[in-house]
Amino acid sequence: MKFPKINFDTLKNEGTGSITARERRKFLKLGLGIAGVYAGGKILSLTSLIGTAHASGGGAELIKKYPYNPHYSMVIRQSLCIDCEKCVDACNETNHVPEYGYRTRILTKKYSGTLDKQVEFIPVLCNHCNNAPCVRACPTKATYKDPVTGIVRMESKKCIGCKTCMLACPYDARYFSAERRAVDKCDFCWDKRLSKGEKQTGCSAACPTGARTFGNLTDPENIVYKLVHQLEEKVWVIRPADDTKPNIFYMKGNMRSVDNILNEQKFKYFDPDKA
Amino acid sequence: MTGRIVNISKKWGFHGVKALQDASPGYKAVMGFFVLLTLAGAAVGLHALFVGYHHVYGVTKQISWGLLISAYIFCVVTSTGLCIVSSIGHVFGGEAFMPIAKRAVFMSIVFMFGGFCIIFFDIENPFRMAIWNVISPNFVSNMWWMGTLYGAYLVFMMIEYYFLLDQNHTLSRLMGFFGLVIGVAAHSNLGAVFGMLHGRPFWYGPYLPIYFIFSAAMSGGCAILFFTTLGWKINPEIMNQRMERAVKAVTQITIFLISVIIFFTSWKIITGMVSEGKQLVLMSLLTGDYAINFWVFEIFLGMFLPLYLLIRSRGNNFNLILWSTGLMMIGIFFMRYDIVIPGQIESVYHSLGVVEESHLLNYTPTFHEIMASLSGIGFIGFAYFAGEKMLNGHQLEKHEIVPDGGYICPGCGAIHFMEEGETEEEAMKRHHRIW
Repeated sequence: MKFPKINFDTLKNEGTGSITARERRKFLKLGLGIAGVYAGGKILSLTSLIGTAHASGGGAELIKKYPYNPHYSMVIRQSLCIDCEKCVDACNETNHVPEYGYRTRILTKKYSGTLDKQVEFIPVLCNHCNNAPCVRACPTKATYKDPVTGIVRMESKKCIGCKTCMLACPYDARYFSAERRAVDKCDFCWDKRLSKGEKQTGCSAACPTGARTFGNLTDPENIVYKLVHQLEEKVWVIRPADDTKPNIFYMKGNMRSVDNILNEQKFKYFDPDKA
Repeated sequence: MTGRIVNISKKWGFHGVKALQDASPGYKAVMGFFVLLTLAGAAVGLHALFVGYHHVYGVTKQISWGLLISAYIFCVVTSTGLCIVSSIGHVFGGEAFMPIAKRAVFMSIVFMFGGFCIIFFDIENPFRMAIWNVISPNFVSNMWWMGTLYGAYLVFMMIEYYFLLDQNHTLSRLMGFFGLVIGVAAHSNLGAVFGMLHGRPFWYGPYLPIYFIFSAAMSGGCAILFFTTLGWKINPEIMNQRMERAVKAVTQITIFLISVIIFFTSWKIITGMVSEGKQLVLMSLLTGDYAINFWVFEIFLGMFLPLYLLIRSRGNNFNLILWSTGLMMIGIFFMRYDIVIPGQIESVYHSLGVVEESHLLNYTPTFHEIMASLSGIGFIGFAYFAGEKMLNGHQLEKHEIVPDGGYICPGCGAIHFMEEGETEEEAMKRHHRIW
């Protein structure tokens, strides 16, 4: 058998001109895909999308990817929170939360050496994770993922009070309610408001600044959808390493992006029910 | 054929309530103390159940597992360990371990019941558990598997104990095998209850299920030595050559298992020091609030002192074994406490750097929690002392006619035959081929 004699040392450089644009694109795509930054992955890899992440546009495609419809979610714009605690009061009143427990609270983070502000407030609540550790841990299915809305709910009569879910939760969102004789948690006000036709949770309706925005992540017209699907805003979740695929998204929420999305509405008097 | 008749009324070595009545006043006082402890503990526990646990227990929203869970784990770990170590003999045929089987299986059942007493006062709705565990099971929940498998384990251990008493070695071996497999599955699931909580880095990972099994075996060895040597203090007649050899064998394996646990603990600390989530908690164990628990109880009383004393005892100084394993039981209790509580002292929001969660959380057991735990411990103590008397030091007496030239082996309870000019001891040596 004969082999063609090729001497690599004397071989002439073909140059890059001979590589087609298509092949180059393929190669770049591969590299970026491996590096994990392909087309906006840095933002949306944090969100609850299962499978591939998309950068922008393609709304119809995205809707198919969210596992629930309506896929309830909350976006928290940290910069807008002023720690007035109206959300906490509204929650306690709506859901009859006893003094020793809470469904939501506001954490304070202090900074030194920053010029614009020294303190930041971080509202926290149940993240209604798509991959909820509490749901897996419960021995009797007393806590479950609602198959339609994706809300993590409680069936109090099944709760044996072993408190495993309280420790499984990486967001500290559960407490044992002696009155209910069961673990209690945020249900996005499903029992008290959403199931009765209201569109907002108690906390988001009470928020005077629009720091808490509640809505349906599958509806491209919804404010929550618009806030999350921005290339220019950094969106993150708390404790991403736990891989729980949470549905509470955090962003700084500066003026520009808010104005863009709300079509010139003033953020301070933003009415989430307006189109 | 002539023969000597053994009293059939003492079938299964059961001496009945009369043995309790015949006990010395001091012995009765000890039993009475444990009965009172059980009743007082149960009364305080029931009080807590009725007024609501959150009013009287020290557990909080964030540290929701406290002393009761630690005590429960202590009991079930010891129960599983008794099963594991005793199975070397009566399941896998290790001759030297055979004489300890009856006491070990009995105590394993007792510890399991003690654990269930304690968990009853921790679960908020224990009565719902019986219903919903059955009709709404969550097969991906470790908690469900742990509860279910421990229930099955208890059933198998009780059947096994029945066959052990009945001298049906084939069936007791079979049941012992199932009990062991289910016990190991149940116990590693208990480890996984902790090990599969992603939000808790101190617990998360495969370490705890594996550690729990070895730690159980160590506790089991310790408990067998403690209860056997204590039984010898109560009734020196329980010791015979086979029993002495068994104690020696269990001492050897316990020394080995303590070394394994020292190895496990060392690597837990060394690897944890480079993990952001674990380092803070480990520092609290090494130099912080839990340093006394860790160094004095867990490390000194639980590992190094018994290691030294057991080696010194050479497996035949029973007083030394009794003391070292008694102190070791206390150390082991703190070992369990040091897993449960420190795993929760770092808030899940600590890493966020927020003001509210910048410090480690605190937990102190309350009177109600201590008493509710003691109800289970009291039950175990009472059952042990009553068992030693009623079951005649867990010695077997064959309820059958012994033929001429034969005798009942005090160790294994079977009938041995002496050859011409042979003494009982020589026959026993030949029969068991152990010397």
